Amino acid sequence: MLKVRDLDAFYGPSQALFGMELAIEAGQVVTLMGRNGMGKTTTVHTIMGLMPARRGTVEFEGARVDGLPAFRIARLGLGLVPEGRQIFPNLSVRENLVAASANRTARPNPWTIARVFEFFPRLAERQRNMGNQLSGGEQQMLAIGRALMTNPKLLILDEATEGLAPLIRQEIWSCLARLKSEGQAILVIDKNVSALIPLADRHHIVEKGRVVWAGSSQALAGDKDLQHRYLGV
Amino acid sequence: MMAALRTPRGIATALILLVLAALPLLTQAFDQRYLLSIGTRIIIWSIAAVSLNMILGYGGMVSFGHAMFFGIGGYAVGILSAHGVSSGWIQWPVALLAATAWAALIGLLSLRTRGLYFIMITLAFAQLVYYVGSGLEAYGGDDGLNISRSRFPGLIDLRDKASFYWLCFALLCASLWFCSRYANSRFGLVIRGAKSNELRMTALGFPVFRYRLAAFTIAGALGGLSGILLANEGAYISPAMMSWMKSGDLIVIIVLGGMGTLFGPLYGTIAFFVLEEALPPVLNLVHKGWGEYWMIVFGPLLVLIALYARGGIDSLLGRRHD
Repeated sequence: MLKVRDLDAFYGPSQALFGMELAIEAGQVVTLMGRNGMGKTTTVHTIMGLMPARRGTVEFEGARVDGLPAFRIARLGLGLVPEGRQIFPNLSVRENLVAASANRTARPNPWTIARVFEFFPRLAERQRNMGNQLSGGEQQMLAIGRALMTNPKLLILDEATEGLAPLIRQEIWSCLARLKSEGQAILVIDKNVSALIPLADRHHIVEKGRVVWAGSSQALAGDKDLQHRYLGV
Repeated sequence: MMAALRTPRGIATALILLVLAALPLLTQAFDQRYLLSIGTRIIIWSIAAVSLNMILGYGGMVSFGHAMFFGIGGYAVGILSAHGVSSGWIQWPVALLAATAWAALIGLLSLRTRGLYFIMITLAFAQLVYYVGSGLEAYGGDDGLNISRSRFPGLIDLRDKASFYWLCFALLCASLWFCSRYANSRFGLVIRGAKSNELRMTALGFPVFRYRLAAFTIAGALGGLSGILLANEGAYISPAMMSWMKSGDLIVIIVLGGMGTLFGPLYGTIAFFVLEEALPPVLNLVHKGWGEYWMIVFGPLLVLIALYARGGIDSLLGRRHD
């Protein structure tokens, strides 16, 4: 579905990605893990066309997407839940969802406002509140709901549980598990190894702009030394 | 609708619209014809303010040249009139087309910039139009040109002040209706969302530039309509109608009334004109000759609004729930 090959990216003169590699198959949940500043968000931004790739390729469903304008990449079916949530503060909860709604990939049984409200009942209660009147957890639900409204083939979550209370985190993780059971492909960036191991099929550990380890949940769970070395757990 | 009438905002807005609808009857009853011409200008400026609010208030595109559309609309009517084309059926579509085309062209160039650069480039285009206008010696140059009013034979006589007023009022109502549809449509949501986070809107799959260009063009067309009306109101066109100070006044009106609110431009225009008319005589009462310096009171008032009533007059009418 998504194939990232040998990707280099720069912030001005300083290189942030050094030959990043990543692959996701349909229906899979895949993770990018690593400490802060290792290039996880940069990888996502480069995939989404929000920053340019200096070298390497990004393929989505067999077609090159690197170099396309960001809105075109999004329209192909990549939905990003960005770091820091980035809700539109001047739109209501409902308006945040309506603004994003689209089914450009003609998915059967598409996400609608009603389905998002069913998935996150809290959002239905808060639908007339403005985006800046929500708690962190509610904002995160809205950010996920907003991305789902674009009916993405691949959902990308960048630090979706950061700064949330443990109970709310748990709720987000169980939401992702439900999405996975419906066949949604997901790329998750997070640091929460214990929650990701049961959820994901495959993991990538990122260190200084490249993948230093990739493998299954089983392999990651069994290698405490690896977890300690790169993830500090 | 009925529920909206029970809020202070709903009551105030309904009252204002009622008074405006009945203004020609009121000014006739009290024999104050002069007030009708101020009323007409308030309505026309409100239409211009509504159009600027569509991009500035809802979209965060701070155009500092919006009065150029007064000029484009006005000069299109005036130039045709000077050549003997007096039919409004020709003048008005040509003027609207000219304003639309000009807005699309300068939008294409200026919307590639952001922030201060956008402000400066829109001002530059407005100055360009201004100097072209004042260079048109055949059409009066700096002094401007007296024109005859657009003719709509058998339909309406624009020389009749009350008829003209009601036409303007109907067009204002249509503009407000259009603006409310715009603001709550998916198109408007993209414009409003992009105001707070352009990159996020792009990452959701929206080509923000194209949406903004469309909004800028629509606002230019509506601004052109207000120019057509302004030329007909005074039967006169001049470069002064599109000076940069008029563009500034339009921004002041929107800030005063409430940016990004439906009726804010209307409140703002009324407040602006009422203060402009009322402050000089009031100050003259305090001390003869002070009326000339009414800006000394008006300026600090604007500062107070900017500091303490960020949502303008609209925010003084209570919290919004929509």
